[in-house]
Amino acid sequence: MAKPEYETHEHDVIVIGAGGAGLRAAIEAAAQGVSVGLICKSLLGKAHTVMAEGGIAAAMGNVWPEDNWQVHFRDTMRGGKMLNNWRMAQLHAQEAPDRVLELERFGALFDRTKDGLISQRDFGGHRYARLAHVGDRTGLEMIRTLQYHAIHQGIDVYMECKVERLLKDGDRVAGAFGYWRNTGQFVMFKAKAVVLATGGIGKAWKITSNSWEYTGDGHATALWAGADLIDMEFVQFHPTGMVWPPSVRGILVTESVRGDGGTLKNNQGERFMFNYIPEFFKGETADNIEEAERWYADKKNNRRTPDLLPRDEVARAINSEVKAGRGSPHGGVFLDICTRRPADYIRKRLPSMYHQFKELANVDITREPMEVGPTCHYVMGGVRVDADSTQATVAGLFAAGEVAGGMHGSNRLGGNSLSDLLVFGRRAGLHAALYAKNLGGTVTIDRAEVESVARAALEPFSRSGGENPYAIQAELQETMHTLVGIIRTEAEMRQALAKIETLKERARKVRVEGGRVYNPGWHIALDLQSLLTVAECTTLAALERKESRGGHTRDDHPYTDDTWGKVNVVLRLRDGRVQVSREPLPEMPAELRALFQERK
Amino acid sequence: MPPATLKVFRGQAAQGDFREYRVDVDEGMVVLDVIHRIQATQAPDLACRWNCKAGKCGSCSAEVNGKPRLMCMTRMDIFEPGETISVAPIRTFPLIRDLVTDVSYNYVKAREVPPLRLRPPDADGKYRMMQEDVDRPQEFHKCIECFLCQDVCHVIRDHEEHKPAFAGPRFFIKIAGLDMHPLDTLNRTEFVRRQAGIGLCNITKCCTEVCPEHIHITDNGIIPMKERMADDFDPIVWLLRKFRGGRPEPA
Ligand SMILES: Cc1cc2nc3c(=O)[nH]c(=O)nc-3n(C[C@H](O)[C@H](O)[C@H](O)COP(=O)(O)OP(=O)(O)OC[C@H]3O[C@@H](n4cnc5c(N)ncnc54)[C@H](O)[C@@H]3O)c2cc1C
Ligand code: SF4
Ligand code: SF4
Ligand code: FES
Repeated sequence: MAKPEYETHEHDVIVIGAGGAGLRAAIEAAAQGVSVGLICKSLLGKAHTVMAEGGIAAAMGNVWPEDNWQVHFRDTMRGGKMLNNWRMAQLHAQEAPDRVLELERFGALFDRTKDGLISQRDFGGHRYARLAHVGDRTGLEMIRTLQYHAIHQGIDVYMECKVERLLKDGDRVAGAFGYWRNTGQFVMFKAKAVVLATGGIGKAWKITSNSWEYTGDGHATALWAGADLIDMEFVQFHPTGMVWPPSVRGILVTESVRGDGGTLKNNQGERFMFNYIPEFFKGETADNIEEAERWYADKKNNRRTPDLLPRDEVARAINSEVKAGRGSPHGGVFLDICTRRPADYIRKRLPSMYHQFKELANVDITREPMEVGPTCHYVMGGVRVDADSTQATVAGLFAAGEVAGGMHGSNRLGGNSLSDLLVFGRRAGLHAALYAKNLGGTVTIDRAEVESVARAALEPFSRSGGENPYAIQAELQETMHTLVGIIRTEAEMRQALAKIETLKERARKVRVEGGRVYNPGWHIALDLQSLLTVAECTTLAALERKESRGGHTRDDHPYTDDTWGKVNVVLRLRDGRVQVSREPLPEMPAELRALFQERK
Repeated sequence: MPPATLKVFRGQAAQGDFREYRVDVDEGMVVLDVIHRIQATQAPDLACRWNCKAGKCGSCSAEVNGKPRLMCMTRMDIFEPGETISVAPIRTFPLIRDLVTDVSYNYVKAREVPPLRLRPPDADGKYRMMQEDVDRPQEFHKCIECFLCQDVCHVIRDHEEHKPAFAGPRFFIKIAGLDMHPLDTLNRTEFVRRQAGIGLCNITKCCTEVCPEHIHITDNGIIPMKERMADDFDPIVWLLRKFRGGRPEPA
């Protein structure tokens, strides 16, 4: 076979991913005066970040002056059931307000308070109304603002370009290799530092709010390049996805519906969340309807409605209601805002939810309740990073946003992702640029390795027989959904692992039809590699953790166990196998620990 | 629901044609679901773009029965039973393959728009803006960059020669949004007239009709901008209007 051809680009820093994290990283790196390349699988502006609805969590205190970073830090840690990397959670809570104000200076137009400041809304697990927002299209505002800021900073953008592998020069990262989706031609990027900002892994599950892009490429390429992954067992099922009609199953219904006054009900009309308040949150959750109702206006003297418990709690509650036969006609529960808020208010605060239900489900949410159920939404686990610099355990590799692990512990609070993207995106760009400047010299790349990746990528074209990649993807999604879903058991996860092995075998024999120009069958075939890798990682980590916590619930180990609260499950690739180990969490300093004793 | 018949454009710029597919359709399906079903069962290499499947990302633009639409928001039950539905790529931009076009024109135009030039903050270092003042530019910030308005605009739809000096409706509202931005201090009048070529627009409103975000592109964006052009050439008038905060009401 002839040597595969490819073009080469060289930068000090390349950023893989152009969602909120990648864009913010690229902007910061460019500001340091280094040359920056920004690579994304879709067109610029179409990353997942564009879909985010509810808002950006930041303790600005515009609505509740009592709010401050300590309260936000505490909420975040408690939401993550104390498994978060405390330093990340601290930096996040401290820096988020500045990052939001900076977005405003880049041109974002948030909804306002009466005094002309940025308005903030209630969300699950947050003690005060804290989410800066624009109706229910906050992610759109964020990505557009960053995108239009970035295009004037001298950054080279490579759109519809997919990275297949990270490249190394000895022990450190030296670039990336991939292909243009438009032409199918290969491309190599040489770089002194690489920022991963590729988002999540939700496409491994059948019912998901995530798009085709979420095949875990960043997680998998980092693992293959020798980096550690942590917390991969923690996958967030958002409690409210659409359930009907079947074709829209999984599409997200923003938590803002509950933040703005909506409540969950079963088919008896009962507000069932009052029956599911866990011990851990009893101190801060209203146990009767009257108090819950008073809370919307008076947060000081009342406890929060259980409708706004952290997502893991609400998702499990819905799951139980449906199992007990108290679900809605199409296997969800009811989410009612129409009897609780005026139609005008709903249309003003939740315009895209109004539109989405009207157009896709023939439901007018100002008149009827929505039917909702859990949908795979976010992965807490990811590349293990140093909190301050975001550097992974491989030199020259940085990670920010959903692909990075640690920040959210075992469960992420709503709104804490968009703020995470800004805080750690900026840090990643900064530290990658500093690292690249320090490094000097040039990087060398092993051409033989590049060529073997290229050859392997082309093999599916020349196979006769072999399988349809779509079928393998669908089987994997089904497997993860039924065997490694919201509620897990050892036996089922062992079954899943065996199934993943056979799927890997079959994926090695996939065949694709057609040519290299914009061929989605081929793209899916290649994405299977990372998708299968992250599915295996999640299953392995979930088998290891023999307790229930946050986004990991074991039917065979239903309780939270303090000894497990002191360790992360760490995955790394050694000699071609994924090794699993338990490693102690970084220890929180006493002054931060004190924040958890003060009040219940 | 009975199976549907779709005529989908297949091929590349040099050669391409419609091909017919018969597909089973379930309740609630949209055109994008049907395209995905064709990919999974009949034509694995059928090229199309999509991301959100909920009208939020603007990736899945196509011409369905000749009309520019988002495939993910076009329900199958709006068509007559037995009707053959045609799905073609948007026409104004060069074809890459099947339903995917090269929309880089829009990214070039995006870069040409002079960005926000920020005014200094209030004395306490904060920026204050009233909701009334952000309502109008917020309408334009709803744009999902589906480029359907660009696709349908006759100035460039069949006139390649106009592309270099015409920004198109998407970017007229981008500029209008910047002009109405309470913190912006830049005069873009000269740019709008010359590089953006607003004079070529004769207010046919086709762009407004296809906008899936229901942005009033012409009434709230283009028309007021055209009306202000004359005044704005006088820099004193422009400054006064900008800083008194008072803006002429849209026609
Ligand atoms: C419907 C929905 C609503 C949400 N609402 C909220 C909310 O209100 N508040 C909140 O805080 N969070 C919310 N989230 C979560 C949040 O939006 C995401 O976690 C966040 O946007 C992820 O950002 P990111 O920058 O890490 O990645 P993304 O925005 O997903 O960007 C990933 C980028 O990586 C690129 N990429 C991936 N793989 C490759 C590859 N192999 N090669 C090249 N490029 C690649 C992609 O093209 C893309 O540009 C929501 C999520 C969804 C799905
Ligand atoms: S109104 Fe102007 S911009 Fe809109 S389609 Fe017509 S000519 Fe084009
Ligand atoms: S203005 Fe409307 S039609 Fe034009 S790109 Fe934006 S959303 Fe699409
Ligand atoms: S897929 Fe996002 S708008 Fe259609």
